[in-house]
Amino acid sequence: MQQIINFLIRNKTFITYLVLLFIALGLTFNAHSYHNTKFVNSANRITGGVYNTTDAISDYFHLKEYNEQLVKENRELRSKLFNTPASSTERAQLPPGDSLQERFKVYPATVIKNSYSKERNYLLVDRGSRDSVGQDMGVITSQGLVGIIENTSSGYATVQSILNTLSEINASVKNTNNFGSLRWDGNAPDVVQLVDILRAAPIKEGDTIITGGMSSIFPKGVPIGTIRDFTLDISENYYIINVALFNDMTTLDHVYIIENLDREEILNLENTTNEQ
Amino acid sequence: MNNSSLSNALFFITLVFLQVTLFNRIDFLGYLNPFIYILYLVYHPYDKENRIPFIFTAFLLGLCIDIFSDSGGVHAAATLTTAFFRPVILRWAFGLSFDHQTIKIGKTTFGQRFNYLILLILTHHLVLFTLEIFSFAHLVILLKKTIFSTIFTLLLCLIFVSLFSKKRT
Repeated sequence: MQQIINFLIRNKTFITYLVLLFIALGLTFNAHSYHNTKFVNSANRITGGVYNTTDAISDYFHLKEYNEQLVKENRELRSKLFNTPASSTERAQLPPGDSLQERFKVYPATVIKNSYSKERNYLLVDRGSRDSVGQDMGVITSQGLVGIIENTSSGYATVQSILNTLSEINASVKNTNNFGSLRWDGNAPDVVQLVDILRAAPIKEGDTIITGGMSSIFPKGVPIGTIRDFTLDISENYYIINVALFNDMTTLDHVYIIENLDREEILNLENTTNEQ
Repeated sequence: MNNSSLSNALFFITLVFLQVTLFNRIDFLGYLNPFIYILYLVYHPYDKENRIPFIFTAFLLGLCIDIFSDSGGVHAAATLTTAFFRPVILRWAFGLSFDHQTIKIGKTTFGQRFNYLILLILTHHLVLFTLEIFSFAHLVILLKKTIFSTIFTLLLCLIFVSLFSKKRT
């Protein structure tokens, strides 16, 4: 017994090192699996506060850019509104509570920490659970897709960016019914990969990629990007498509958080079906 | 709390703040960021008898950076490992004599300083990017990131040391 205690005392530095290393590795491997970065994330009051302050300063220098972006978005929405046939405008003015109208709820938010140079990129936005933002809501900009909410605190939320090797989002080629999943290989911040599109699919360079309606997170038809080039995978049955993003992921600021109000219902239904 | 531990804590906080608000946002060439918070390990006085506080604060430093940059525990593991192996690196860089005197990095020759910094930074970055990328399929990215980030961090650390060493010694 004495010897064991002596041994422990002699090697106390090494043992401290091992224990701490074990903790650090535990946190790392936790973060490598989806939805498990519960303990170490930047959605808390201190980090959120620091990023909020610094973002408020840097925002000031980009005001002109943001204004132009908003004017452009407004113009697009206006032209859509004026060009819609009267019958569908009337439908758009149905009283709230209509099932078509109320499937998705949109909250505005600001990105206060952006990241795109790592393998697993997370953003921080200034909306949290007290603004009724919760896990697994979608995040988009006026141009296209950004990511999915992963963790929330009362005032902040972390977003798993599409520039994250763990991210997997259902997407399809516009005007066809070919679905695949959108992933990222960790290389360029402006190109993501669409995999699992069948070889028989009629695709060509320049085609638009949009979100597919098969996820319970995003509405169908959120723009993602255009096809830059494509190759066949090893089995030669599926395409690997490089998609050039519409969004410039390096200069994100104003984003919209989308809540699917039917999500719980869909998940419950899926669960009961799986149990049977 | 004496004067040295107070200035130590202040240095700690300043480094974390600078790292997360300034140096994490550089993204030179799209992916390069210097990790200047490693200066904490460079400057920390060497205490041969009781290394546990140093190792522990190094872990804490890494963890702070991790919380800010949503990276799990990679910075914590890298900083911890570098702190643990620092005596070995000190011996390689300054020879055996370092045990008898407290090293003042501002008073060393450029060669010694260069060796010391590059060994510390290389250890740190290698552990960091290995854990961050964690896949042999991306070996090229791993090496590319490690080497270029090391150069970047090294340059900034050398500048910092030559600018501020007189004040600190």
